[in-house]
Amino acid sequence: MTEHSPIPANPPASPHVGLFATCLVDLMRPSVGFATVKLLEDAGCRVSVPEAQTCCGQPAYNSGDSPDARDIAKNVIAVFEGFDYVVAPSGSCAGMISHHYPNLFKDDAGWKARAEALAAKTFELVAFLADVMRADVRPPDLTATATYHDSCSGLRELGIKTQPRALLGKVGGLTLVEGDIPETCCGFGGLFCVKYPDISEKMVDAKADDILATGADLLLAGDLGCLMNMAGRLKRRGASVQARHIAEVLAGMTDRPAIGEADEDTA
Amino acid sequence: MESQTRRFKENAREAMADGQLAQALTRLGEGFPLRRAEAVDRLPEFDQLRDAAKAIKDHTLAHLDLYLEQYESRVKEAGGHVHWCRTGQDAREKILEICRSVGAKTVTKSKSMIGEEIAINDFLEENGVAPIETDLGEYIIQLRKEPPSHIIAPAVHLNKNQVEDTFRKAHTNLDPARNLDDPKSLLEEARNELREKFLGADVGLTGANFLIAETGTNVLVTNEGNADLTYSLPRVHIVIASLEKVIPTLEDTATVLRVLARSGTGQDITVYTTFCTGPKRPADLDGPDEYHVILLDNGRTELVGTEFQEMLRCIRCGSCLNHCPVYHAIGGHAYGWVYSGPMGAVLIPGLIGIHEAGDLPNASTLCGKCETVCPMRIPLPRMLRAWRERQFKRKGNSAAARWSLGLWAALAKRPTLYRAVTGPVMTALAILGRKRGRFTWLPLAGGWTGPRDLPAPQGDSFIAQYHKGPVGAVVGAAAARSKP
Repeated sequence: MTEHSPIPANPPASPHVGLFATCLVDLMRPSVGFATVKLLEDAGCRVSVPEAQTCCGQPAYNSGDSPDARDIAKNVIAVFEGFDYVVAPSGSCAGMISHHYPNLFKDDAGWKARAEALAAKTFELVAFLADVMRADVRPPDLTATATYHDSCSGLRELGIKTQPRALLGKVGGLTLVEGDIPETCCGFGGLFCVKYPDISEKMVDAKADDILATGADLLLAGDLGCLMNMAGRLKRRGASVQARHIAEVLAGMTDRPAIGEADEDTA
Repeated sequence: MESQTRRFKENAREAMADGQLAQALTRLGEGFPLRRAEAVDRLPEFDQLRDAAKAIKDHTLAHLDLYLEQYESRVKEAGGHVHWCRTGQDAREKILEICRSVGAKTVTKSKSMIGEEIAINDFLEENGVAPIETDLGEYIIQLRKEPPSHIIAPAVHLNKNQVEDTFRKAHTNLDPARNLDDPKSLLEEARNELREKFLGADVGLTGANFLIAETGTNVLVTNEGNADLTYSLPRVHIVIASLEKVIPTLEDTATVLRVLARSGTGQDITVYTTFCTGPKRPADLDGPDEYHVILLDNGRTELVGTEFQEMLRCIRCGSCLNHCPVYHAIGGHAYGWVYSGPMGAVLIPGLIGIHEAGDLPNASTLCGKCETVCPMRIPLPRMLRAWRERQFKRKGNSAAARWSLGLWAALAKRPTLYRAVTGPVMTALAILGRKRGRFTWLPLAGGWTGPRDLPAPQGDSFIAQYHKGPVGAVVGAAAARSKP
């Protein structure tokens, strides 16, 4: 589960990056998309956001619907294969492309080659900034006590663990407190959370307890699905912890309300 | 054992309402993973051993017929008997036949998941032979008439008060004033009861952790020594094992043993590791007069050569259960059959059919923790997906699920239509949710909003906003910094 796209030895100086926004960021939280654009541009990338993108196909793939997953993947491959890199603000969607696309086309040599080529240049945002661009990210100060959740796909399919912590260490005023179970699944799991809501509730409650025990006022992660799940449960329990995508903090774009909050909540 | 997997959702709901069970599962979730991590830290070559163990099993499975035949020859040379059984019923009847051939009244048993798989206890009882479990955990749940809830810790769902109650009910000669407050006193009580049974049994029935082809040996690992008393005291020793338990050599067995206990309980090795080869020889001080091996298929060979073959590498260490957040939430009984956790969710559909066990491969977030701790590097998430794929192909999932997935896929394949449909929906939701920033209830979203609020979308989609602005990404990013 730990194989991931190899880090190129000599990345182009100003690479042309195709931003795969992910359906959740695109539809639910555009601020993460804009934060991603800013971080990539600040790192020296030329960024394009193709309009013909939709979803990576993970819901179909994880539901056993491989034919639809393949059709959706073909669209992603066709739209993104011309870029130097493809970057997504999500370990889950980046993992889908870089880890699972080649497997989807294992019986189709032509598409398999194209899927492998795309897989090799697809990265999750934070790992891309840290490992590929070795970017000198200079986030603005943010006075908060934060805890970080390691989303499963990013952690176990892409090996993302130290990069987000190192970048958050550059945020002046931010104290990072580790929970006891930062690597334990939050119970989101794509459709799992709606198909088995009570099991998912039990799992997200364990996470909520762990987050609250840290005393943090800010919950950060690299995947919007997990964040919406944890924020949704924390809000239901009446907790005041704010939840944000790490890109918003690193880009200094925290003026929009936190996930699941209205303007007046953050006034 | 009769499958209750069709009731998975109800089983899970009942399990989660059991506060005592939740406490037991919390203890398990904290204890075993910690001990595994410590054991792994003590052994720098652990990951190399995993690779070696995986390679041994892959090689064995690729030549399964060869090694099974070699194993059979060695057992016969040692004076034992091998009985090939295709189904659980074949195995049950063979075991009963052996018991009857020696007029057995009681059979002592040392933990065997295969025994559970073929419901041997019920079958023997129905036929006038009393089975007696000798593993402490198995003994407790036998008295309570419950199935095991964990493959290496069968009574992990119980606490000591429940065990005390069970003993006071079952051991009718127990002095009511006797103190049974601590685990040690409970262990002594069980030991006293079991001692007579060990001595009086006509047949000893054990499982096998491994079958060594090179020597015709079966290997038993326990922490209580009960397997030793089970096989060495009665006249007849019956080993029941599924055929993927075969390992080529003693040397290979040593390698696999080194990852087994470390993965399951965090021990370097279990307290007792017993190698049995055939019946008692003339110079032996103890051991059985007869040695029988029941080699059970029960659906395994149908997995060979399929995308599920790698499941047959499993050495039943329990590590995937110990680390699975879903198992921690619902416990082992919810899975409804002998096996549980991630390994059960892959193996059960393989043995009883995906139509019987449709929920199991779905009730996973595919978080991948199981694969990272599996000593045999079994790609459990990949196989859970493979079951979902088979289920989807035979239209085994619900109409609602297929309909909503199909709708999403139809949109995702057509970017223009996708934008046309999702844009207005998100805009409407953003307006509706603006005041609170979230929804506590939404039609058709009950699965989400039952336990948690649904964050409201911010407004127009990212792509729409990005492309609405003047040409260039810099402007798009700058635009986002000011509130719309």
